Amino acid sequence: MPTVRYELPDGSLHEIDVPCGRTVMDGSVRNNLSGIVAECGGSCSCATCHVYVDEGQFDEASDEERELLEYAEGARPESRLSCQLVITEGCDAVRVRVPDTNG
Amino acid sequence: MSPRVVVVGGGHAGTTLAALLRQGGHQGEIIMFGDEVDFPYHRPPLSKKFVDGDLEQWLRPAPFYAEQSIDLRLGERVSSVDRDARRVQASDPCAYDVLVLATGARPRDLSVPGADAGGVVRLRTLEDARALRKHLVAERRVVIIGGGYIGLEVAAAARVNGVDVTIVEREQRVLARVASHDLSAALTSYHRERGITILTNAVVRRLTSRDRQVQGVVLGDGTVLPCDVVVVGVGAAPRDELGAAAGLHCDQGIVVDGSARTSDPSVYAIGDVTRRPVPGVDEPMRLESIPSATEQARQACASILGAKLPDPEVPWFWSDQFDLKLKIAGVVVPGHHVVRRGDPRSGKFALYHHDNAGEVIAVETANAPAEFMAAKRLLRSRHAHSQV
Repeated sequence: MPTVRYELPDGSLHEIDVPCGRTVMDGSVRNNLSGIVAECGGSCSCATCHVYVDEGQFDEASDEERELLEYAEGARPESRLSCQLVITEGCDAVRVRVPDTNG
Repeated sequence: MSPRVVVVGGGHAGTTLAALLRQGGHQGEIIMFGDEVDFPYHRPPLSKKFVDGDLEQWLRPAPFYAEQSIDLRLGERVSSVDRDARRVQASDPCAYDVLVLATGARPRDLSVPGADAGGVVRLRTLEDARALRKHLVAERRVVIIGGGYIGLEVAAAARVNGVDVTIVEREQRVLARVASHDLSAALTSYHRERGITILTNAVVRRLTSRDRQVQGVVLGDGTVLPCDVVVVGVGAAPRDELGAAAGLHCDQGIVVDGSARTSDPSVYAIGDVTRRPVPGVDEPMRLESIPSATEQARQACASILGAKLPDPEVPWFWSDQFDLKLKIAGVVVPGHHVVRRGDPRSGKFALYHHDNAGEVIAVETANAPAEFMAAKRLLRSRHAHSQV
């Protein structure tokens, strides 16, 4: 099972095994990590699961996700919505940083 | 010593608060009463996804509660609160140091003759949605009473599934109290073009049935709408009886301050049951939405843990109808000047509401997430400045 390393706003690090087919958001919600609020439950509606992630491990963002992120607080080129980051067999040493701006 | 927190209500607000308390390091007991038997679930999919398989979306997986030492007592109804003794009465008495009322809202009943017939359903709980799913199959005819957001969402989902849909709205337009004329008009066209009948200025006089199953809706002008199913979506009322009986200040909802506190400092209320202060709005109001529930959960959590209160959020909510993803930021008060960007007929547009001073106070968007996010940020920065 791929491991995701979450770096939270308080500086703490959490290594979580996330099953394939689940999302980076799921892994956080499942383990009650702070920072990823995920109000809409993963329907790409609310933009409260914003993370920074290095490119290359996940499918490209949809237009909708890109638009939501465009004006999100703290948006950067490496911003993604973690509900859209689906873990697959190919994922290796995924590292996400969670900003302090998800509401 | 860490206080014992008792949460009454297992919806989005209560569950979020319980999880946040643990995130914040709360060591004391957390006991959460829910009067439904299902584990806490996402409510928005109930009106949006009831025709496909995504109906049951749990807020947290079942083992979560025990792992987080949250004593979740499902199927248990709290019948009274004794504030002097600091105790609630469920199947057994349960003492609290801090009490959180998160009892939500209940759908308003349709008070016309015949409304107790079979096939007349309402939509609030997962159990309601399961029942509705059985009723709404292709070729059937449904009449939806009430052209609010829930009614429109159910209409769209049912129509996609091949159901014959009529919406009956007593006001002169759908969403009359919560949306601009422009948005009402755009959505009315969008639904009609996809085969939904929308009747406005239409009062329901009674329902007719055969063998105790509903078979028609009779309108004030005598029109009869034959149908197999009636969905009642005429709004929701706060479930504030526990708070009112316990002597908490209630006024169409439990009245709370900006830290989700009630008139008793040991008692908080969060979510749909509350009447709450809203940035930029003079009077406290009810905000029935997930973002409001989670914001109040953050407020109550901070207050209980003695942490800094979060900055006020801009009220917002979302609605999905057909392929339209609607997002609304700010509080829409019908009657304001509206500036339109994009063509409503294209299904991608934004409606900017201006007050008399020309300031943007709310924005309604469809399939325009960037405009929504920009507008929410604009409103947020203005609220922050106006508080200085």
